[in-house]
Amino acid sequence: MSRRATLDAAIKLGLTADEYAHICEIQGGEPTYVELAIYSLMWSEHCSYKHSRPVLSRFPTSGPRILQGPGENAGIIDVGDGWAVAMKVESHNHPSAVEPFQGAATGVGGIVRDIFTMGARPCVSMDSLRFGELTEPRQRFLLDGVVGGIAHYGNCLGIPTIGGEIYFEPSYEGNCLVNAMSAGMIRSDGIVRAIASGVGNHVVLIGSKTGRDGIGGASVLASQEFDETLEEKRPSVQVGDPFTEKKLIEACLELIHRKLVVSMQDLGAAGLTSSSSEMSSKGFVGLDIHADRVPLREADMEPWEIMISESQERMLAIVTDEQIADVREVCERWDLDCTVIGAVTDSKMLRIWWHGERVANIPARRLADESPVIRTPSVKPDYIVDEPVAVDDTGYPPPKDLGAALTQLLAAPNIASKRWAWEQYDYIVQANTVQIPGSDAAVLRIKDTDRGIAFSNDCNGRHCYLDPYRGAKAAVAEAARNLACAGALPVAVTDCLNFGNPEKGEIYWQFEQAVEGIAEACEALDTPVVSGNVSFYNESFGQAIYPTPMIGMLGVYDDVSLHIDGAFKGEGDVIVLLGAEAAWMDGSEYQKIAYGKVEGRVPDVDLKLEVEMQHKLRAAIEARLLRSAHDCAEGGLAVALAECCIASGSTGGAQFEDPEAQRSGRDGRWLGADVDLGSAASVAGAAGRPDLALFGEAPTRVIVTVAPELLGPLDEVLGGLPQRVLGRVTGSNLRCTMEGKELFTVEVGELHSAYESLPQRLA
Amino acid sequence: MRSAPVRFGVVVFPGSNCDADSYHAVSTFPGASAQYLWHKDTDLKDVQAVILPGGFSYGDYLRCGAIARFSPIMQSVIDFAESGGLVMGICNGFQTLVEAGLLPGGLIRNTGLKFVCRYVNLRVETTDTPFTGACEKGELLRIVVKHNEGNYTVDADTLSSMKANDQIVLRYVDAAGEQAEGANPNGALDDIAGVCNEARNVFGMMPHPENSVEAGLAGGTDGRKLFQSIIDAVLRTAEVRS
Repeated sequence: MSRRATLDAAIKLGLTADEYAHICEIQGGEPTYVELAIYSLMWSEHCSYKHSRPVLSRFPTSGPRILQGPGENAGIIDVGDGWAVAMKVESHNHPSAVEPFQGAATGVGGIVRDIFTMGARPCVSMDSLRFGELTEPRQRFLLDGVVGGIAHYGNCLGIPTIGGEIYFEPSYEGNCLVNAMSAGMIRSDGIVRAIASGVGNHVVLIGSKTGRDGIGGASVLASQEFDETLEEKRPSVQVGDPFTEKKLIEACLELIHRKLVVSMQDLGAAGLTSSSSEMSSKGFVGLDIHADRVPLREADMEPWEIMISESQERMLAIVTDEQIADVREVCERWDLDCTVIGAVTDSKMLRIWWHGERVANIPARRLADESPVIRTPSVKPDYIVDEPVAVDDTGYPPPKDLGAALTQLLAAPNIASKRWAWEQYDYIVQANTVQIPGSDAAVLRIKDTDRGIAFSNDCNGRHCYLDPYRGAKAAVAEAARNLACAGALPVAVTDCLNFGNPEKGEIYWQFEQAVEGIAEACEALDTPVVSGNVSFYNESFGQAIYPTPMIGMLGVYDDVSLHIDGAFKGEGDVIVLLGAEAAWMDGSEYQKIAYGKVEGRVPDVDLKLEVEMQHKLRAAIEARLLRSAHDCAEGGLAVALAECCIASGSTGGAQFEDPEAQRSGRDGRWLGADVDLGSAASVAGAAGRPDLALFGEAPTRVIVTVAPELLGPLDEVLGGLPQRVLGRVTGSNLRCTMEGKELFTVEVGELHSAYESLPQRLA
Repeated sequence: MRSAPVRFGVVVFPGSNCDADSYHAVSTFPGASAQYLWHKDTDLKDVQAVILPGGFSYGDYLRCGAIARFSPIMQSVIDFAESGGLVMGICNGFQTLVEAGLLPGGLIRNTGLKFVCRYVNLRVETTDTPFTGACEKGELLRIVVKHNEGNYTVDADTLSSMKANDQIVLRYVDAAGEQAEGANPNGALDDIAGVCNEARNVFGMMPHPENSVEAGLAGGTDGRKLFQSIIDAVLRTAEVRS
């Protein structure tokens, strides 16, 4: 008879007394130690979403294009011609904070497995990262390690990493964020789900051997806050082997395409425990797992260790007896272990065996369905204010040199070019990359079709801190706007909701508000949430991160050749500002950099205007009227204009019509601009100040350029949308005036030097 | 009469990840066809040119290409090369050719100590190879590099004999076509991006021409000339023989 586990053991594993009592009720008495270990993991925050499930039900999750919504390894969206895209984002924050290189690497490995588990070939990765300020040596170490880990794993797999975002705020100092997003292409009739079926079918473990690495890794690390024991947690971080994963991708996709497996599931957090219990509960069947048959790295492992090990690069497949020989042949060809470790039964029980002895016997459905649900009473935090800041000359003295203020903003780590990071990623492998990193969106073509797909990810944590509802809503609007700027139609969202400790009322309030903001924006923009991840307990020493609901969005093209980017293209083109004429100090990068403050209330997105603007912007791009389009985000209008100038001489080159420019990519030969901002008085929120009109932030603003002769037709397409001609693309300086009065003139080369200055901060 | 398509073989090692791109690149030429050559096989399937693709063969946990060089298919590739067959190694393929002793020199870690994925300008230093025959001498090609170990090095004596034999095929240069600070992404000796053997039938380069064969993609089309050169060279040889 197996050892029985007491309440004391349950508490040590992080369960509550109530949860232990519930387990005893389900099990009809005290559970065995293995059973308790399984419950503790499956009912951990990371695996059970106990604090978030009731709130997440607010999301729109279906639509005509949605083939698979939340609840599987990844969401799947129909993108036309029989093609579909599987996408998901997942956090690997805690492992990365402990060991940045391997933490980030295995984050990529895990999310990629989620994609190919469903039968999709992973075609793009993007990573959304948050760190403390770069002035701290440890933050530079974390950044270097995380980016290096992503590059190491993703490059080896041959999956292009085409973008992402990196921000630095003090709130992430003790708890960096690493949100890894991946997507893959799949034929819409070839989807495989993680549902066990067919009594008597084999349960097969494919891939790496199982060791003690990562015992309680992601699942335990992600379910508690950090304190001084951070260093001791290092052994909980798994070590990745991208070479084995690359072989797994090829072998598993072959197994799926040849229909040699009934279903498949990857082993992620909580390892064999979560994969086997999920597969059996979804299939309404039982599974017998013989833990003693699992190939091990260390001979003396206990059954509970085998069941919860988070060794990487492992897959679980359900295979019929007729096909097992073929499955073995494929795995052998790829030099992968392939071991039958159990069978599908009609018992509806998850039974774990150890040399013939039954060490666990759990009703699979109840393990899955009866995990606890907790709603913390939410409390609006005291720091939240209802009014914007008063921008007066004492609290916010206007700068003397606006040109210098601009270069200072361009050099700010949150705005400066992240070329240092993305040049470490292979962004061109697989021969589908249309738009390389450094732009509003990543764009890929779909081979053998005219179609394309685009991805963006966005979240301004500072805005979400000041108002989680407005900030989260704005993150969705911005992700969609970035796709619209590239000419793509946004169709679906995957989200990674990073928050502090949900047992605290203030954190729970932030969470509820953010979910509401996302839900409203997704409804307005018609972009259902198809997959995602919640990461709680992002706190160190009781200090929570900024609420950071990262939005990853998919866009589609019927004709990918329509895509445009933000770079100014030609002398004489007319620069037009589309959308809202507004600019706010509150939560802006300018407020932080120039005044060292984070305060006020961020503006609310007008979703009606946003939808109209994006619709018309896309219509103009589809009519081939625009030569460039770029979103105004951090740093406001002036930074956006500067970025368009800088991009004109710093891009890949393939997008230029002029063959000479195409050949050289216009390296270092930038286009400037001459713009007049009109009157600061007409800009909402700018309080009559030129500096705010330049650097203040507001949603729903896009800068486009158009050849002068096409201004008329553009007007017709835009019909009634707020817009204003700012000036022209000309020369090699950025010159800004206001009602004819010069504000500044700066050489684009100088702007470029500031914008590319991130490496100097890392030295 | 139209000639039969030139047959390319693309070797697949476990961990190769530009094999499909190389195959695809060849397929964009009406005058060429591609097939995969599996690392455990020894049969080159009667191909007329072999591509060793980029990637991380066997994980590259040891020196890059050091394991791939011992795979069964490589013995056949070595025999093929020694009998005059055309072999092109791209990135990890270049590293493997160097490990196999088919090309001189070695490829060590980038001086920046980081993986680098970047557009570079390549100057065609010689057109007297089956891989650059369709180019003009001094022509610039804009192609992407992506590697961690692309820093070409070779001893001084070998370098001078390589120069004397016109074996330096491609160099990293700036947009004006000059060797310059900042144009070399990895610290390679003498800005060397690609070399051939003395017999001129084996060629290795670090940049990835297979990602520069289609208009409308970020990689541009400058890689086409290298593939076209191979096709032309094979067809010329076939004509001479017939």
